[in-house]
Amino acid sequence: MKKNNKITFSRRNFIRTSALASGGLLIGFNFLNSCKEAAVPPVDVSQLNFNDFNAFIKIANNGYVTIFSPNPEIGQGVKTSMPMLIAEELDVPWDHVSVEQGALDTENFQRQVAGGSQSIRFGWEALRQTGATAKQMLVNAAAAKWGVDASTCKASDGIIKNANGDKLGYGDVVNEAAVLEVPENVTLKEPKDFKIIGKDAINVDIDKIVTGKPLFGLDYTVEGMKYVSVARPPAFGQKINSFDATEAKAVNGVYDVVQLGDKIAVLASNTWAAMKGKKALKVEWKNDGTLESTAKHDKELNKILGGNNLDVRREDGNVKKAFAEADKVIERTYESPFLPHNCMEPMNFYANVTDDKVHLVGPIQTPAGTASRIAKLIERNPEEIHLEMTRMGGGFGRRLYGDFALEAAEISNITKQPVKVVFSREDDMAAGIYRPAIKYRIKASIKDGKVTGYNLREAAINSNMYGLIPNFFPAGAIENYKVESGNYRSNITTGAWRAPYTNFLAFAEQSFFDELATELNIDPIQLRLDLLANVEDGKDPSIEYSAKRMIDTIKLAKAKSNWGKSNNGTHQGFSAYYSHNTHVAEVVDIIMKDGMPSVEKVTVAVDCGIVVNPTGAKNQIEGGVIDGIGHAMYGDFSFENGKPQDVNFNTYRLIRMKETPIVETYFVKNELSPTGLGEPGLPPAGGALANAIKAATGEILTKQPFLKSLKNLETNLKT
Amino acid sequence: MASYNLKINGKNVNVVADTDTPLLWVLRDELNLVGTKFGCGIGQCGACTVHIDGVATRSCLLPASRLEDSEITTIEGLANDKMHPVQEAWKELDVPQCGYCQAGQIMTATSFLKQNPNPDNESIRNAMHGNLCRCASYNRIEKAVALAAKKMS
Repeated sequence: MKKNNKITFSRRNFIRTSALASGGLLIGFNFLNSCKEAAVPPVDVSQLNFNDFNAFIKIANNGYVTIFSPNPEIGQGVKTSMPMLIAEELDVPWDHVSVEQGALDTENFQRQVAGGSQSIRFGWEALRQTGATAKQMLVNAAAAKWGVDASTCKASDGIIKNANGDKLGYGDVVNEAAVLEVPENVTLKEPKDFKIIGKDAINVDIDKIVTGKPLFGLDYTVEGMKYVSVARPPAFGQKINSFDATEAKAVNGVYDVVQLGDKIAVLASNTWAAMKGKKALKVEWKNDGTLESTAKHDKELNKILGGNNLDVRREDGNVKKAFAEADKVIERTYESPFLPHNCMEPMNFYANVTDDKVHLVGPIQTPAGTASRIAKLIERNPEEIHLEMTRMGGGFGRRLYGDFALEAAEISNITKQPVKVVFSREDDMAAGIYRPAIKYRIKASIKDGKVTGYNLREAAINSNMYGLIPNFFPAGAIENYKVESGNYRSNITTGAWRAPYTNFLAFAEQSFFDELATELNIDPIQLRLDLLANVEDGKDPSIEYSAKRMIDTIKLAKAKSNWGKSNNGTHQGFSAYYSHNTHVAEVVDIIMKDGMPSVEKVTVAVDCGIVVNPTGAKNQIEGGVIDGIGHAMYGDFSFENGKPQDVNFNTYRLIRMKETPIVETYFVKNELSPTGLGEPGLPPAGGALANAIKAATGEILTKQPFLKSLKNLETNLKT
Repeated sequence: MASYNLKINGKNVNVVADTDTPLLWVLRDELNLVGTKFGCGIGQCGACTVHIDGVATRSCLLPASRLEDSEITTIEGLANDKMHPVQEAWKELDVPQCGYCQAGQIMTATSFLKQNPNPDNESIRNAMHGNLCRCASYNRIEKAVALAAKKMS
């Protein structure tokens, strides 16, 4: 941590102020880019314009603070944790702070994206600087009032004091502060002085959530809007041949049926009628392209793994030589299915396309990108698109893709009606943008009791691991190291799914290391520590993780889990993974019941730097770990002739209460800048579970979902 | 279309809807009681849980027109001025992540605790097993039900 926390660049370009007509100070600020030349905050909070500013802080005459932010909330807690950063440096009691979603019916949004666990990492400096700048303005105003030098005054807990012992509340000087220059240089607190950061802050929307207030996209209604159910091709590779809407139109409440490309939209006065209308459609689909099946994907991916057409993503040393000279070579192939996201709130969006403007409301992780795609689609000027975000009933990557918003806009454009497109669960699962099926083949060479070479081959549907991943562990830890990727193009839509690629890659690698440890006759944790000891942090700047931080994290997990000291009947599995700038190590404890594993406990150690909001941080880890275990165990999604084989929760299995372990989370204590938590808890979970099952049964699981292999195992044991 | 009367959250309301319309959609689309959520439409996820005569019931499959003689309670009617102890427990333990499934979870928990005021962990797990939480906030749901039981005893 740098000792000198002085910020020297001009805050004037990022912060503007105004005196509110009703009294109080309004600060508009940007943390992604500087303010436009003419941008000024309004004098009335009902006029907040998120086109000019990312967010606003209002300090009222009574000293109470309101933070207005349009930042998307998917459930990862940034609506609580980001304002904490402002409040810390502004130095106001947290119970004097309220957080409001950016007011509705705003103009265009700036680039606001929730994804990749990056919100806190990007906001850390900028949000604290904003708070500190606001505090300095209040101090300057108080000093001017007293006629003393500002450097002799101190502010804390919403009160400014001078050397004479005089006191003024923030509220007493807001009007004066509003007309002062924005200070250039502010000093940020040392972490030891934090009062809000590091303390539990309950989710700011908690009251609304537990009392059922409208918050989500699906809850948004406008008088007279039509509810829309859309029939889409039932299989990838199909389109409409013909359809007959006579019966659909006869359904009570159905208003209209319109075609848009290869989809048919049923508009109705309520959701039930729209869904019934869709079911009453007579559609003849025809094939237009290949109808792919899981068996075909299997074959294609295996062909890639065994072929010579892979791209080299990273190569250190001489892998070929290492394998040639090895005492022993170990090789495994790991396989994962496609996965749907299954946000609890099905995809939905409101659109009202009129001659004056295009009004869109709904749950979306990428509002700006989606707005510009809609502008293109319906041939409107981007300035006419007004997009509002609601709280999201889960995201997991699915709401990065605006397909549902585009549908709503197109349907409203055709019908000139305000519409709300609502996916049924079946629509949501069958018209997915799935985690692609991927296979990894990992090969390692052992010589003189050491791992000397490592080769990872990736065969994926549609797209390969992003550029940084080949620089994750064990890159840098094994002298001869090579990562290669190959690809099969499918017409099944795929995309980001919580912790893209690493959600499965971590399982493959961490299972493989467990097997290596067995082969080397060494404790699995010790093997990781030995390998990490080969890495000198900073020596190779391309290496993404910190060996030191990973070692500390692993040691914490080892200590807290009572590794190796478990009781009879409990079997442990270990896994550690770095992703999304955060280091995580996990130990899974299982017991075997009737030949099946019961996951009892997961001990998690996390290094995410400074923990901004411990209750929220633990919530993310608990959720991520259980999500990882659930999908590794049960997540099974296949295609037959282009058609998804499961479309609802009667056959598609998600983890439920009785199958969940208790998750115990421990954070590595340091004063490093915080990193994200929405994703990094998930990747290690599957590997830790597989390794525990290996410890219990000797069975090496290479395919997800585990349930399938375990059922086979169970059958084999019985026969 | 049919016209029928329902008793929801202690109030009599007249509804005009098709007789096969599930209670869920009557609540959400006709009465603007949107706290009850749509998750799967086939009674598998529990997001739509309400109380029918005090018993936790899935509202996505149940035609509202059959409920003329029943007392219906939704998340909006669970408590009046003060929160229900279950809601308090949810708040105290900071249970929700995205929050979408939580109304259904709370309705299941309140009905369960009425019948089992002193549950052990296993019976809490059994009772809550039918409600999916995609964010997997299960640990806190489990703890919150136990905490609510303590608050209510």
